[in-house]
Amino acid sequence: MIRTLLAVTRRDLLLGMRQRGDLANVLLFFVIVVVMFPLGVGPDKDMLRQIAPGIVWVAALLSAILSLGRLFALDHADGTLEQILISGQPLSVAVLGKISAHWLMTGAPITLLSLLLAQFFDLPAVPTVTLAASLLLGTPALSLIGAVGAALTLGLRGGGVLVTLLVLPLYVPILICGALAVESSASGLSPQPYLMVLGGLSLGAAALAPWAIAAALRVSLE
Amino acid sequence: MPPVLEAVDLRCERGERLLFDRLSFQVDAGRCLHIAGDNGAGKTSLLRILCGLLAPTSGEVRWRGRPIVKARDEYGADLVYVGHLNGVKDDLTASENLTTWAAMAGLAPDPGSVEQALRQLSIDRFARWPAGQLSQGQKRRIGLARLMLASQARVWILDEPFNALDRHGVQSLNHLIERRVSSAGAVILTTHQAWVAPVEVIRLDLVADPTS
Repeated sequence: MIRTLLAVTRRDLLLGMRQRGDLANVLLFFVIVVVMFPLGVGPDKDMLRQIAPGIVWVAALLSAILSLGRLFALDHADGTLEQILISGQPLSVAVLGKISAHWLMTGAPITLLSLLLAQFFDLPAVPTVTLAASLLLGTPALSLIGAVGAALTLGLRGGGVLVTLLVLPLYVPILICGALAVESSASGLSPQPYLMVLGGLSLGAAALAPWAIAAALRVSLE
Repeated sequence: MPPVLEAVDLRCERGERLLFDRLSFQVDAGRCLHIAGDNGAGKTSLLRILCGLLAPTSGEVRWRGRPIVKARDEYGADLVYVGHLNGVKDDLTASENLTTWAAMAGLAPDPGSVEQALRQLSIDRFARWPAGQLSQGQKRRIGLARLMLASQARVWILDEPFNALDRHGVQSLNHLIERRVSSAGAVILTTHQAWVAPVEVIRLDLVADPTS
């Protein structure tokens, strides 16, 4: 089982490296969206500090959604998904492998980039670290929940828009907890409760989403 | 001993259309089943049902006497399916394609057997090329090389396997089918081409419109 998980993750990372352009697009999108705000809002430091967590988090949600379309669509188009389905290996494990690779290529770099981007908003050191910590704990849930939407809309016409409408509302609790964690740390309070909720959401999604995705994929491929 | 693969009272509807009804047959070890029929007669749907990719409207498929929905793991390890889509990644090389497929299928192939599989289908010269730069026929051969790699799999389900293959490709595939059938495997395939079967074949004709 672990072997299947690693095999799928390794394959997706290898493919990601071969299609570096697509990966770079998502990360550039994240950077550009975040950088647009200080340019548009102006150099009011207090204002920037206040809006920073919300903006970084919304940009992270949008980048996650942008990258979701490719998660299963390519494997579906070239028949690899069929092969995974009939391989006799547990589908939910293979799915978890794909999502791990997706997170390593989107959530992880976004977390690292946020440390740099916080400087555009003059965010002090402690809230910056909290922002990165909240992204680290929350982005796995973005990949997991988003994958459910991607699996459900696989092969549908206009699936890209549909997945956005389907998944964004589900991201709301993650967005709120992420932004609140940074805000409370900026005002000198402990961000721990919010971070714990984020971690809990990710763990819960990791436990449940693979089953839902496996079932959705079986239906989508019929 | 129960047959390797058995279809019991299969009925398949796609949309409003009835493709087939009360279809029963069995394939024993050492047999080759050729499913024939016009376009739209339901050959691909039948093969997908036999693989477990598509649920029949009613009826069931049994593998060694057990319904395939209950024995998914064991059946999957005993099955190789080559469908219309080759399952080949354009960004990976031919040998990477086979290695990653085998790893995901739970096999642990050594580099030697991957090379041998590619040689059998005469694409070893292109082993280091990205599959995207190869022709349709060569990609087909990569897909078919899986048959060599999963040497323990007894059930082969092949959907139009001769498509895009040249004369030598057809010969190599015939050779593979012959060897599998003679070593107690079960091969099920569809083809539109005038196929000179290398082994004794049972023919199943699907009718395009069973209600008329």
